[in-house]
Amino acid sequence: MVKYIGKRIIYMFITMFLIATATFFLMQTLPGSPIQSYSKLNDTQKAIVEKKYGIDKPKPVQYAIYMKNLAKGDLGTSFAFKGKSVNDLLASRMKPSFILGIQAMVFGTIVGILLGMIAALKQNTFWDYGSTFFAILGISIPSFVFATLLQYYIASQWHLLPVGLWNDGWKSSILPSLALAMGPLALSARFIRTEMIEVMGSDYITLAKAKGANGFEIAFKHAFRNALIPLITVLGPVAAGLVTGSLVVEQIFAIPGIGEQFVSSIMVNDFATIMGTTLFFSAFLIVVIFIVDILYGVIDPRIRVAGGKA
Amino acid sequence: MKNTKWLLLMAMTLVLSIFLAACGGAEEKEEDASKDGGKDESATETPKKEDGEPDAEQILNLAESAAIPSVDSAIVEDAVGFNVLNNVNEGLYRLDQENKAIPAMASEEATESEDGLTYTFKLRDAKWSDGTPVTADDFVFAWQRAIDPATGSPYGPFMMSGTVKNATAISEGKMDKKELGIVAKDEKTLEVTLERPVPYFLSLMSFGTFYPQKEEFVTSKGDAYATNSDNLLYNGPFTLTDWDGTGGSWSYKKNDEYWDAENVKLTQINVNVVQDSATAVKLYKDGKLDRAGVSGDLAMQYSTDPEAVLQPETSVFYMKFNQKKLKKEETPLANVNIRKAIAKSFQKDDLADVVLANGSLPANFLVPKDFAFDENQKDFRDLSGDHLTYNVEEAKEFWEKGLKELGVDSLELEILGGDTDLSKKMDEYFKSQLETNLEGLTIKLKEVPFAVRLELDDSQDYDIQISGWGPDFQDPISFLDLFVTDGTNNLMSYSNPEYDKLIADSKAELALKPQERYEAFAKAEKILLEDDAAIAPIYQRGLIFLEKPHFKGLVSHPFGADYSYKWAYISGKE
Repeated sequence: MVKYIGKRIIYMFITMFLIATATFFLMQTLPGSPIQSYSKLNDTQKAIVEKKYGIDKPKPVQYAIYMKNLAKGDLGTSFAFKGKSVNDLLASRMKPSFILGIQAMVFGTIVGILLGMIAALKQNTFWDYGSTFFAILGISIPSFVFATLLQYYIASQWHLLPVGLWNDGWKSSILPSLALAMGPLALSARFIRTEMIEVMGSDYITLAKAKGANGFEIAFKHAFRNALIPLITVLGPVAAGLVTGSLVVEQIFAIPGIGEQFVSSIMVNDFATIMGTTLFFSAFLIVVIFIVDILYGVIDPRIRVAGGKA
Repeated sequence: MKNTKWLLLMAMTLVLSIFLAACGGAEEKEEDASKDGGKDESATETPKKEDGEPDAEQILNLAESAAIPSVDSAIVEDAVGFNVLNNVNEGLYRLDQENKAIPAMASEEATESEDGLTYTFKLRDAKWSDGTPVTADDFVFAWQRAIDPATGSPYGPFMMSGTVKNATAISEGKMDKKELGIVAKDEKTLEVTLERPVPYFLSLMSFGTFYPQKEEFVTSKGDAYATNSDNLLYNGPFTLTDWDGTGGSWSYKKNDEYWDAENVKLTQINVNVVQDSATAVKLYKDGKLDRAGVSGDLAMQYSTDPEAVLQPETSVFYMKFNQKKLKKEETPLANVNIRKAIAKSFQKDDLADVVLANGSLPANFLVPKDFAFDENQKDFRDLSGDHLTYNVEEAKEFWEKGLKELGVDSLELEILGGDTDLSKKMDEYFKSQLETNLEGLTIKLKEVPFAVRLELDDSQDYDIQISGWGPDFQDPISFLDLFVTDGTNNLMSYSNPEYDKLIADSKAELALKPQERYEAFAKAEKILLEDDAAIAPIYQRGLIFLEKPHFKGLVSHPFGADYSYKWAYISGKE
C-alpha cells in the first residue's frame, strides 16, 4: 500500500510538471501583451516595462526561471494586480469558491443519494418517476439557468435571500450553492438508482432477505455500499469542477471567486495568474482522483489497490 | 408501455412548465419596471425635502466592473485604478464640477513664466491621513519615482516625456532622475520646468500620475507599498478601507484630515465588483446599489426607464483605413476617393440610435463633443464643424471615380472588428450599408478579441479596422497626435506633411497662442477627415446608467478618472 501511494505521488508530480510545461508554452501563443497600456507606450518604454516583468528574456529562459520558482512553491507575480503574488491572489479568491463548492457538493450528493435510493426501492412507482424526472431536470438544465431562476424568484421577487454579492454572511451563499448543487444532485440520483436496482437483484441480497434481514438493513448495509463505488468515481472530477469552475454562477451572483478571476486573467493576458490558476485546478483534480482511488479500497475491500501478493 | 406514457407525460409537463415560467417571468419583469418607474416619478414630483437637503445617513453603494489592479499612482494604468486614486488622493489641481482644473493641493493658481516653461505652485496646508503635512518634497519624490525606469511606470513616461524637462532622457536611463524638471524651493513651494510650453499643463496636474507620495512611507513599506489599503497614505476626500489588494470589494471612508472635509458629505461608499450587467441591474432594482451601468442589449431595454441617465463619454470610434498592408503593399484604400466613398456611405444616426442604442452620438469628427474648450469656453466642436457626413450620392460619385482610378470594377475589403455582441451587430450594419450603397464592393468581416486586434493593428494586417481612442488629457492634441506620420498609433501608413506641420506648430510657435493653436487644430482635423478621409469617424460613445433619484451630486469627468465622489450626497432616501 505504501509503495503504491509512493508511486502514485511520483506520478502526480510528473503529471504536474507536464501540465506546467504545456501550459507555459501554450500561453506564449496567446496574442497580445500582458501590459495593458501597451499601445500608449513607445518602444523604449515598452522595453523598460517588459524588462521589469522579465518578459524580455528568451522563452526558454523564462521557462527555466518559472519552473525554478514553481519548485519553491512560488507562482510568481501577477501582471494585472501590480506587485501582488499569485499565491496571495489565489488564497484570497479561493475562499468563496471553496465554500460554494463544498456546500453544493454536500447538499447535492446527500439529496441525490436519497432521491436515488427512494427511486430504486420504490421502482416503477410515482416516487421513482418523480425523482427520475427531477434528475433529468438537473442534468439537462445548466446550472446558470437554475441560478437565474433562483435569483429572479427567490431574491428579486420574493426578497427571501440576497440577489448577489458576498457580504451577507451565509445567506449570500445559499442560492449559488443551490444552483451549483443541481448537477451533482442529478448525477448522484441517477447513479445510485441504477446501481441500487442492480445490486438489489443480486444473489447476496436475496440471501440476506432469506436470512430475514429487514428491508432497511438490506438497503443501507448491503446494497448502498456497493452502489457507491461508481458514484465516487464520477463525483471526484465533479467535485474538482465545482470547487474551481463555478465561473458562470459566480458571475451571476457577483461573487468574488476564483472562477471569475481565472477568466479576467485570460482576458488581460495575465500570464502568471493564468499559470497559477491552471496549475491549481490541475493539482486539485489530481489529488481528488488520488483520494478517490484510495477510497475504493476503503469502501470495497475487494478492490486491492496494491494488487496484493498475487 | 405504461412507463413510456408516464415519461412522455412528465417530459411534456416539463417543457410546458419551462415555457410558462419563461413567459410569466418576462411579463412580470416588465410590469415591475413600469411599477417602479411610476413610484419614482411621483417621488420626484413631491420630494420629501424640497431643497434637496442631505439625509442623516450618507452611505453610498456602488459597483465597479473590475477589481483594483493597483493604487500606486506611479503604476496605475486602468480606469478603476485612476478612479480610486482621484477619490482617495489629490494632486496640485483637481477637476471641479464643471470639469475645469482648479487648485487643490495648490493653494492658489500657479504662476506661469512668460515663456510658458516654468510653473510655480504654492502648496496649501494639507495633511496626509496619518496627520503629517503634504510637502513639496512629496511631489518631487512621486514624479521622480514615476519617471525612473526602474519603477516600470507605464504612465509616467507616457505623460511626462516631451513635457517635463529631461523626462525623456531619464526614462531611457540616460540621465539621473534627480535632473527631472521639478524642484522643491521650500517645504511649500514647487517649481516645475517644462521642455516646451504645454497649454494644457494645469489640467494634467489633476491626473493620477502626478499625485504626491510620501517618501518616508513608501520607502518604509518597500515592496508592500500600495498592496492593500493599510499600506497606503491618503490626502484626498476619502480613504480606502477594507481592500486586501486583490479582492472583489472595498470601501471609501470620509477622510477627516482632508483640507476640504467640510464639503465632503458622504461618510462611506461601499464598492463591489459586479461584472455582469444583468446582475448589477438586479442588485440595483433590489436597492443594493445606488447606481448601475447597463450595457449591451440591456441598454436598449432600460433606455426609457425613468431612472436611466445618459452619460456621454469622450471616447471616439472610427474606421482606420490601412493604406499599406503589412506596411509594404499598397491597398485600394491608398486611393483617397475610395476612402471618401466608404466614409460617407453609412448612416450614422441610425447606427447610434438603433444599432448601438446606448446613448452614443453619431460622430462627424475626431475630437469629441464636450471635451476641449478654447479660452472663451467655446467647445472645439463649434470651431471645427462637421466632416465626412453621410451622403450616399457623393459617396457613389467618389466610388465611381476611385474604381476608375484603380482600373477595377469591384473590390473586396475586410473589416476588422471586436468580438463583443455589440461590435458584431455594428459590423453587420456596416456590411449591409456599404454593400448596398457602393456597387461592386464586397465586405468580409473579421471579428477577433481585443488582444488579437491590437496585434493585427501592430503589424498593419487589415484593410478597415474599427478602432477607438479615449483621451488622457484635456486637449485636442490627445486625439490629433495619433495620426502624424509614423505616430505610434498611426499604423495605417497615413502621411500628410501639411497635417504634420500643423501639429508640430501647435507644439512650438503656436503653443503660447491659444486661439491660433485651436484654429490650427481645426484645420488639421479638416485635412485628416474632409480632405484625406484618413479615418472615418463613426460615433462618440455614451453610457447608460440607472441612478437612484436620491443619489445626487456625482461628477463624471471627460478624461483621467471617471468620477469624483467629493461633492456627491444622498438626499430623500428616507
